[in-house]
Amino acid sequence: METKNNDHSLLSDKDQKKVRTAMLLSIIPGLGQLYNKQLVKGALFLVIFAGFVIELILFGAGAVQGLITLGTVPREDHSLFLLIEGTIQILIILIYLVFMAAVMMDANRVAKKRIVNPNAVNYTVKATAVSVFENGFPYLLTIPAYLVMIFAIVFPVLVTIFIAFTNYNFQNVPPANLIDWVGFETFSSIFTLTAYRDTFFAVFSWTIIWTLAATTLQLIIGVFTALVLNQPHIRFNRFFGVIMLLPWAVPAFITILTFSNIFNPSVGAINTQVIPFFNQIIPFLEIPAISWKTDPFWTKIAIIMIQGWVGYPYIYVLTSGILQSIPNDWYEASVIDGATAIQKFKHITMPHIFAVAAPIFITQYTGNFNNFNLIYLFNEGGPGSVGSGAGSTDILISWIYKLTTGTSPQYNISAAVTLIISAIVITISMIIFSRTRAFEMED
Amino acid sequence: MNKPKRIKTQKNSRFWNKLFSYAYLIGLSIVIIYPLLITVTSAFRTGNIMAFDLNFTGPWSLANFSRLFNNTLYGTWYLNTLKVAGTTMVIQVAAITLAGYAYSRYRFIGRKQSIKFFLIIQMVPTTAALTAFYVMALLVGGLNTHWFLTVIYIGGGIPMNTWLMKGYFDTVPLELDESAKLDGAGHLRSFWQIILPLVKPMIAVQALWAFMGPFGEYMLARFLLRTPEVYTVAIGLQTFISNPREQRVTLFASGAILIALPICILFFYLQKHFVSGLTAGGTKG
Repeated sequence: METKNNDHSLLSDKDQKKVRTAMLLSIIPGLGQLYNKQLVKGALFLVIFAGFVIELILFGAGAVQGLITLGTVPREDHSLFLLIEGTIQILIILIYLVFMAAVMMDANRVAKKRIVNPNAVNYTVKATAVSVFENGFPYLLTIPAYLVMIFAIVFPVLVTIFIAFTNYNFQNVPPANLIDWVGFETFSSIFTLTAYRDTFFAVFSWTIIWTLAATTLQLIIGVFTALVLNQPHIRFNRFFGVIMLLPWAVPAFITILTFSNIFNPSVGAINTQVIPFFNQIIPFLEIPAISWKTDPFWTKIAIIMIQGWVGYPYIYVLTSGILQSIPNDWYEASVIDGATAIQKFKHITMPHIFAVAAPIFITQYTGNFNNFNLIYLFNEGGPGSVGSGAGSTDILISWIYKLTTGTSPQYNISAAVTLIISAIVITISMIIFSRTRAFEMED
Repeated sequence: MNKPKRIKTQKNSRFWNKLFSYAYLIGLSIVIIYPLLITVTSAFRTGNIMAFDLNFTGPWSLANFSRLFNNTLYGTWYLNTLKVAGTTMVIQVAAITLAGYAYSRYRFIGRKQSIKFFLIIQMVPTTAALTAFYVMALLVGGLNTHWFLTVIYIGGGIPMNTWLMKGYFDTVPLELDESAKLDGAGHLRSFWQIILPLVKPMIAVQALWAFMGPFGEYMLARFLLRTPEVYTVAIGLQTFISNPREQRVTLFASGAILIALPICILFFYLQKHFVSGLTAGGTKG
């Protein structure tokens, strides 16, 4: 499609001027099309343009102004609604700009076509409808996905960004109070106010430790289990295969809540059944009851182990699939060369697993970075406190939850922390994706 | 002279390998089954139990299940969850199948930018945008409703799964489309009759995941659903076990079984398609 730009030199000066006129006229969508004698299309685009202008006058201008001021009279102006309406308007303007660009490109394309091959241009209603269906079919297919994403992702992201720059918290709740823009104050208070700074860095460093430890554990168990179970001489591999998958098949919240009870320090099964059992069968072993869930250290150990339990089957399934795809003659050739089992693993198996699964392994890390369910359902982020409402096992996402739902919600701090999390996750994913060629596409 | 010795050490190492492998598999199996078996047996135990342990002494009964439906809102929660999960599944799978097909089969203006947009947007941890959802819900009356939650679930899953879907469509040979076109099939027919039947396994896997998601999601549901009548099972069951003074663990266990059993069956039924579904998106751009 883009090759058509190259025939610019073939057009005479007069023709080039025509093309440019058609395109520039389309700044008001429809005029360019009318200039190209496509009356139906032009009229349709003009109607859309008129609709946009009317919308802007009736609603848009006020909405943008509301977004700028966030209201002036308490109780009369509801700052939150003004913010939302302003955000909607910004989205409408963005969508309109995309539409305008498309219309300008269309006018340009048709104007050229008229010069090169006048008969190929559609002038009638029917021809236009057919051509819209033919060329517009892929766009039509993506529209449902876009509509939902705009509502459920793009819009919330914009609102989060805006709220992070306001003073919206439990002391400023509309409609009784007005919300104001405060610039970077929210971000700077996270990093400068001692209360927030200490909490943020405590929570942040545990989030990093948790992510690395839990994900690596689940990767090791998953890959190792796949290696053991895929040895040709293992019997009952079907039977073991089903058992190994159970932690994935059972919804995680059920197992986490079960573990939460099993790890109860006073009545839970680990302290009342498992530890006494080992003390009994192994001579001279005397493990005392461990204070899971009341001692931060042991809570963290428990959480990491549970994530290993919950998360490894995914890795195991993936690795098993990859192992079966490694050609057998690679191993045979290496045996002839006298390779040991360890060498085979190091030079054939491992590189192959990583080549295929590295991006998915990375998503496991970013997933655990935001693994709210485990942290919150196991012990609600406790025990104890590291200030500003966060407990000793809270990670950033569960801290956000507490900041938003607590008795004194700090919506703006919560939004700012959300942005920080997103920035971290997106940066890491972008680096990985660009390394793994996911961005390089065919054609 | 050297040979017998080598065979002997090989035999020896194979023995140790076997011993270790089976020890590992059996050990891991016990670790997996222990908590699950505790839940299963507790569901059938009677009496007031403070905490789970593995106990085969009985007495056994189905009393927990009837209590679950007669004395708690469990039935309502279950229906709520089925409603949310079912809607999420249908709409999300339809949207990602259409979009994945478009990105795999058509070369249109804006395609590359659009795919990149999907790749970047799927990295955004949307559940973290709690405050934004709260404010939006206030404006559109979405607090305590199922439709609002459902839309967020659908939207959150679309970018990543469209990407996986596109990857799977890419594995269907292009020659099929071309021969369909030669036979005079239009856009709709070649999509509906030729290509769609070939990606059924992937659609089944996507449907299962979209369905399982709302069963396990806790954070948004807890935040947006405020009264017990509209709870989903995840929040409802948590209320049985979260209050330290009133632990109803046997009720929790019986409720958990009724969720886990159907999901497990679906899971193992579709499990053989998982690997192709997982790697399809990664191996081909």
